[in-house]
Amino acid sequence: MFKYFPHTEADLEAMLAKVGVKTIDDLFKDVPKGVFFQRDFDVQASLSEVEIRAKLKELAAQNRQYTCFAGLGVYDHYEPSVISSLISRQEFLTAYTPYQPEVAQGTLQYIFEYQSLIQTLTGMDAANASMYDGATATAEACFMAEAITKRKKILVSGTLNPNTMAVVKTYLHFKGLELEMIPAVAGETSATALKHMLDASVAAVLIQKPNFFGIIEDCQKLGELAHESGALLIENADIATLAVLASPREDGADIAVGDCQSLGIPMAFGGPTLGYMATLKQHVRKLPGRICGMSRDANGKRAFVLTLQAREQHIRREKANSNICSNQSLMALYVTIYLSVMGEAGLKEANELSYQGAHYLKDRLEATGKFRLAYAKPFLKEFVMETLLPSELIQKALLDAGIFGAVPLAEYGEDYDNLVAFAVTEKRTKAEIDGLVATLEGLSW
Amino acid sequence: MVTYDKLIFELSAPGRRAYSLPKPFVKGYAMTELPAALRRKTDLLLPEVSELDVTRHYSNISRKNFGIETGFYPLGSCTMKYNPKLGEEIAALPGFANIHPLQPAGSVQGALMVYDELQKLLAEISGLACFSLNPYAGAHGELVGLMIMKAYHERRGDWRRTKVIVPDSAHGTNPASATVAGMQAVEIRSNPDGRVDLAALKAALGDDIAGMMLTNPNTLGMFENDICEITRLVHEAGGLMYYDGANLNAILGKARPGDMGFDIIHINLHKTFATPHGGGGPGSGPVGVTRELCEFLPNPQVKASDGHYYVFESAEAIGRISAFYGNFRVWLKAYVYILSLGRENLKALGGLATLNANYVKESLKDDYELPIAGVCMHECVFDGLKDKSTGVRTLDVAKRLLDYGFHAPTIYFPLLFPQSIMIEPTETESKQTLDAFIATMIKIAREAAETPELVKTAPHTTPISRIDEVMAAKKMILSYKDYLEDRDKQGEN
Repeated sequence: MFKYFPHTEADLEAMLAKVGVKTIDDLFKDVPKGVFFQRDFDVQASLSEVEIRAKLKELAAQNRQYTCFAGLGVYDHYEPSVISSLISRQEFLTAYTPYQPEVAQGTLQYIFEYQSLIQTLTGMDAANASMYDGATATAEACFMAEAITKRKKILVSGTLNPNTMAVVKTYLHFKGLELEMIPAVAGETSATALKHMLDASVAAVLIQKPNFFGIIEDCQKLGELAHESGALLIENADIATLAVLASPREDGADIAVGDCQSLGIPMAFGGPTLGYMATLKQHVRKLPGRICGMSRDANGKRAFVLTLQAREQHIRREKANSNICSNQSLMALYVTIYLSVMGEAGLKEANELSYQGAHYLKDRLEATGKFRLAYAKPFLKEFVMETLLPSELIQKALLDAGIFGAVPLAEYGEDYDNLVAFAVTEKRTKAEIDGLVATLEGLSW
Repeated sequence: MVTYDKLIFELSAPGRRAYSLPKPFVKGYAMTELPAALRRKTDLLLPEVSELDVTRHYSNISRKNFGIETGFYPLGSCTMKYNPKLGEEIAALPGFANIHPLQPAGSVQGALMVYDELQKLLAEISGLACFSLNPYAGAHGELVGLMIMKAYHERRGDWRRTKVIVPDSAHGTNPASATVAGMQAVEIRSNPDGRVDLAALKAALGDDIAGMMLTNPNTLGMFENDICEITRLVHEAGGLMYYDGANLNAILGKARPGDMGFDIIHINLHKTFATPHGGGGPGSGPVGVTRELCEFLPNPQVKASDGHYYVFESAEAIGRISAFYGNFRVWLKAYVYILSLGRENLKALGGLATLNANYVKESLKDDYELPIAGVCMHECVFDGLKDKSTGVRTLDVAKRLLDYGFHAPTIYFPLLFPQSIMIEPTETESKQTLDAFIATMIKIAREAAETPELVKTAPHTTPISRIDEVMAAKKMILSYKDYLEDRDKQGEN
């Protein structure tokens, strides 16, 4: 028989006899005749491991791997080798949600550690066990704000990543919440506009840091405005930058969310990653998803368990504030191991290297005379340049040189016609940056 | 062996490190240039450990976990089948792991081809027309499916249809998904053998009904034998049928949701298609629909033309529901699994899973209360021990199983019976394993009669004993910071 089916002929015979039927098909008598699937699937026959390996290697080869100078939500950061080794342990990989805590302390403990790490980086009081991705976590934060404030409108900064914005739009539209966009002026959320838009119907103000253009906005000011009118501040922050940038807590955020891909998770075409979510103590019972807590076992030993489950869908059903069931547990383990490896010193060093590389690249590009920083605002590892060079020309030249970067922003809005985005992580070398500049400085239009 | 009981934070020593990064290569740039107001001021509570500290710590805590390769994991409704290693190997290939989702389509043809091929395979296997692989999990698929249902009615100008019928036996995610999609769940009762009550269904149908969500086989492991009548009634009333694919494993190769009249479906790739559950995720919950509904599938969409693959955003779509293409490396593993099984084994799968469940059911029905007689599908549900006089509850039986090296079945679900035990053996388990499990279950039934205290205080051999869940909810120690604060408070008293 097939390698994943252990039934021998003798087994089948004995089992059918025990069940009291002649054939396996007799077990499907409840399936109406017209529905019983008679034919074979129109699928090719079973492939051997050797054949599959060859086929998939060929497919993998059709994906080109570039020296990555692109960001916009997914970054080419350092992945310590211990991560892939540890996450592939079957005890972590093949287990399910820790419903039996006595035999799932491994999972529960790393979730507890993950929550602790998110807590300290965001500065918030408590984090949940993770969400699907940063975009869906942001949408769920809006639902949470609605549940806390009983208000129905979310003001979203125009500097939010357009993909995150699109997901938030979909979620809010179907849930029946109102969304208004706060205009962006010179790459930043307009505080003046926000002031005029805030009123007693606004549940939350949603901003991103660093924003879509890589700019580190002064979120504190925006948060104060929100709070003055009784709205919450939801801050979507790149978690990898929080060892060096003001934390959502320092900014006055009520809910902190974002994606954790930048913490040791491969780019992998954008998934799987995970979304983090953290809040203040008084809102913990409104958090969606799993939460792990510390307790004691019957012998007084420290132990971990899923807690505050009365919030969740399996108890509250249609009254639940979120329908999320599982988390992205294994991805939370990536993050936990990554942060254990990096520590505060490593995170700061990685950010410093990214900062230096990004600013060096920005200066070199400006020196070509063909690029100008689109918005002269503080940035860390990501920035947007304005250029008169056609973006197709830039893109083609870079791809031919084995580089993916200068992502054209034109497709995200007509205001962005001449803008291209770059990201530089700690992985990029001087030679790679110089190579990129050399490729672009020869271009003309 | 001494039980390891440290937190990673408790290994920390100032100055230790586990990372190595390149040296700075340019002078003249420093983050101190950033305005002080934008920089972090508060302290961080991160561990400082060596690389061996990290590897030993996580290896040690992993040993407190039960995985499928540790032993039999008959968690009902979760389809804990063997997760083949080949998928892991393929998903780790650099050509899949190192691609950026914003790369031009021409440079990610391999990934897009897998997207297109897999969505076609799922369409053939389920009997639907087209799929999106973007949804991240089963519950996410439900939400996306209901958005499609709602958008379909709205586009026809039918704004009244905002209610979704859900059987009382449904997973909690069903009614919760309806709420999040901005609809209202209408619960209908099950009939005495656990199936949809046709009279209750008819009474609920009307011009405010957007559709119905159904798991088939249902959460009791029973096939809805009136399925054709159910879908006919709902369609006649103007509603759409949503198939919750949680239990698809039972019928794989024997019946297809599309042929039963379902219009929208999600499939849990981490159940039926063998991708690892990862301690609770990442999963993958592709959504499939009939031809008529294809335009509603979420963005981004992938299309093939002349052997080339394109990505596009459709204005007709419900919108975007994920940052990019969903859990790519998860659906990649499902693709490998389907290639591996091929036509012949896909056909046999559901039958073997169902045979395994029936074998367990028949072998245990003398000692455990079987509330619904007859053939079950891929899982069987008991209502606790047959002998109720011992005071031993389902929870105790589950904990005692852990002592014997088995993971516990799902307990207290479905909610229809007070002492539910739901056993799903899956097709990857052998008769030997099932026999060992059955013998243990019978042994526990004996123990319940002879030494009930032994069972009531189980487990006795696991890394920890039963946990004080009330204390966890009361104290709310949700981070290391909370723990330190609580410890200081204890110290003061």
